[in-house]
Amino acid sequence: MTLHTLSVLVENKPGVLARVSGLFSRRGFNIDSLAVGETENPDVSRITIVVNAESSPLEQVTKQLNKLVNVLKIVELDAQVSVARELLLVKVRADRSARAQVLETVGLFRARVVDVAPDTLTIEATGTPDKLDALLRDLEPFGIKEMVQSGTVAIGRGSRAITAGPALRAA
Amino acid sequence: MTRPTPETLAHSARRARTGTGATGDAADHAPAARTGAAPAASRAVPAGADPAGTPARQPTTAQVSGAGSLVRSLEALGVDVVFGIPGGAILPAYDPLYDSTVRHILVRHEQGAGHAATGYAQATGRVGVCIATSGPGATNLVTPIADAYMDSVPIVAITGQVARPSIGTDAFQEADIQGITLPITKHNFLVQTADEIPRVLAEAFHLAATGRPGPVLVDIPKDVLQAPATFSWPPTLDLPGYRPTLHPHGKQIREAARLMTTARRPVLYVGGGVLKAGATEGLRRLAELTGIPVVTTLMALGAFPDSHRQHLGMPGMHGTVAAVYGLQKADLIVALGARFDDRVTGKLDSFAPDAAVVHADVDPAEIGKNRHADVPIVGDARHVIDELIAAVTAEQATHPAADLADWWHQLDDLRERYPLGFEEPADGTLSPQFVIKRLGEIAGPDAIYVAGVGQHQMWASQFISYEKPNTWLNSGGLGTMGYAVPAAMGAKVGRPETTVWAVDGDGCFQMTNQELATCALEGIPVKVAVINNGNLGMVRQWQTLFYGERYSNTELGTHKHRIPDFVKLAEALGCVGLRCENAADVDKTIEAAMAITDAPVVIDFVVGKDAMVWPMVAAGTSNDEIMFARGVRPVFDEDDI
Repeated sequence: MTLHTLSVLVENKPGVLARVSGLFSRRGFNIDSLAVGETENPDVSRITIVVNAESSPLEQVTKQLNKLVNVLKIVELDAQVSVARELLLVKVRADRSARAQVLETVGLFRARVVDVAPDTLTIEATGTPDKLDALLRDLEPFGIKEMVQSGTVAIGRGSRAITAGPALRAA
Repeated sequence: MTRPTPETLAHSARRARTGTGATGDAADHAPAARTGAAPAASRAVPAGADPAGTPARQPTTAQVSGAGSLVRSLEALGVDVVFGIPGGAILPAYDPLYDSTVRHILVRHEQGAGHAATGYAQATGRVGVCIATSGPGATNLVTPIADAYMDSVPIVAITGQVARPSIGTDAFQEADIQGITLPITKHNFLVQTADEIPRVLAEAFHLAATGRPGPVLVDIPKDVLQAPATFSWPPTLDLPGYRPTLHPHGKQIREAARLMTTARRPVLYVGGGVLKAGATEGLRRLAELTGIPVVTTLMALGAFPDSHRQHLGMPGMHGTVAAVYGLQKADLIVALGARFDDRVTGKLDSFAPDAAVVHADVDPAEIGKNRHADVPIVGDARHVIDELIAAVTAEQATHPAADLADWWHQLDDLRERYPLGFEEPADGTLSPQFVIKRLGEIAGPDAIYVAGVGQHQMWASQFISYEKPNTWLNSGGLGTMGYAVPAAMGAKVGRPETTVWAVDGDGCFQMTNQELATCALEGIPVKVAVINNGNLGMVRQWQTLFYGERYSNTELGTHKHRIPDFVKLAEALGCVGLRCENAADVDKTIEAAMAITDAPVVIDFVVGKDAMVWPMVAAGTSNDEIMFARGVRPVFDEDDI
């Protein structure tokens, strides 16, 4: 099993996310991560799905996704030629004695402190899933009180855009 | 027996009233555009290109209610009949419907409306329409929608929904039917504004009927139906993500043609897609051009004449030995509009181990889903077959076609040694197969046969000879008991000049027979042959074979206690009821039923309970394990392979 990143362009309409996510569970796939947002065209949303699957069942699920009337285009993003990022917000125990060490870790990972309390720091970090895992590993010993993570968003490298092309409506 | 006064008279009176414009509202719903099946081009189609080739009309605009817009859209789409039941949320739509040219047939249960729409669509090729109210009305449509989804039947289901401010509040008769039907519709809509009703209806019909057909649900909140609206026709379709591929790729076609002329043991594996694409004439030409044996699946019976010399019969769990063996030993399978269903392939990893596969289907997701396709072809069966004919002809001009004499010799030998047949029951009871065989012979190949699900369905597929397309309707994919009576009703409405026979079991019949009241009142003279063996026959057969003859909950009491008495039940429902209990009476009872043309007829054929469906490939086993009869395995001459 390998991780695949799919960029799914969909019509920005109510219920489309349920159609897409429902299809994955119905066909027996586990979604590793999912992120959705508007694109440069407000009529189009982009869903980035990371899924753990063999390539032949993945092809089947891609074909089924393509059958959804609201799905405009699906592109699998190869990790070699794309940029993938996640966002992490984490609240770490950092009293007077530990604060300096936590701040050093934050600096090493080029993360940012976004909130301060007497005994905690809230840290924002973006990066690849690997980088965020490493950051969390280093913060763990201080005590993680709470954390929240976004799904992966990804975009292809180079000047080509996946939104270009005749598949999309002109307006 | 009393014949009810047909309410159809009242209906025609209403139509006449509408025609003269006597009612104030009638002008509002005048049939301005009755014939146009296809609305304006979607963006996938060049502007001005009308897919159905209907003549251009003057655009129409009018101020109506949402409900009026709905009914006028149905009229503009060329809908002649809808099946439904009114209720609170859909009630606004029933007011303009009262004056419409669209005939509404009041069914007794929403499931009946759904299957009737399906039967109508399967018999005519047009989109079937059913209407229900919100909540329980809508959820009662779930089974027929799932049924139409599995068998790719174009129907549009219109449901009322609670008013928009009440959605999500657990209001009276609220159900999230859009969410519920998400996995069982090709697409569904929750209409948000009254002005979008014409566009949504046009999109629903377009989606249902094109590409791989399927059910589409349109859920309309009550306040949207009541709101003032601008009815504007034709609307512009907005389906940027919907682009079915109809024309196959030329390179794949040439590769398929090359394989078809060089294979030594080829088989054409024909599925329901060939019927849906209207490709039966082409199929016959392709088969005769190549000399390749043909098998037709349960969904494709009638796509290729049963009497044709090249027809091996139906493959699969209860298929003929020749058809099952033909696929199993083939070196090339050309699948046309078929989907390698588990009932056809048996245990998948031992299915047709030596065959290369050419798989043509309009739905790309079917190709390679169950069986790897060596030559995948995405396209509509009609275009695929037409192009294959041209490519094979070209191929034959340059290379001599492979000699199929040895292959045919093996298949003919199997056909001769293992024909479809049955033994007369030892206990002297009436043989169900005999009844069905005689029914097919007397009613003939022009009649439409509609089966329920179970033993009688398999026997009807085996012992009636299907010579023409769209004469065999059944619930193949979902296996919906209770399908036959309402589907036969829909088929008869769609093709009133044709004799329509429902072949039903006593179990199935008890699920939906109330629609016979609809048939009696609306003047829909269907005929029903209840193959009454007193049991859930197919389940009982499995109990006989796999559960040590422990008959847990399969005895229905229709023999032992005669509850219900189907003759009395038929009469209570306004039909003619007949009974036949021995072989000598079979012909004359069928003929008596054939002679009645002004009322629905039910024949209670009291048949033996021990008859079984053979041949059989037990579930989960390989097609190599096919049993010709209980304890009898066909002898295949392995040296020939």
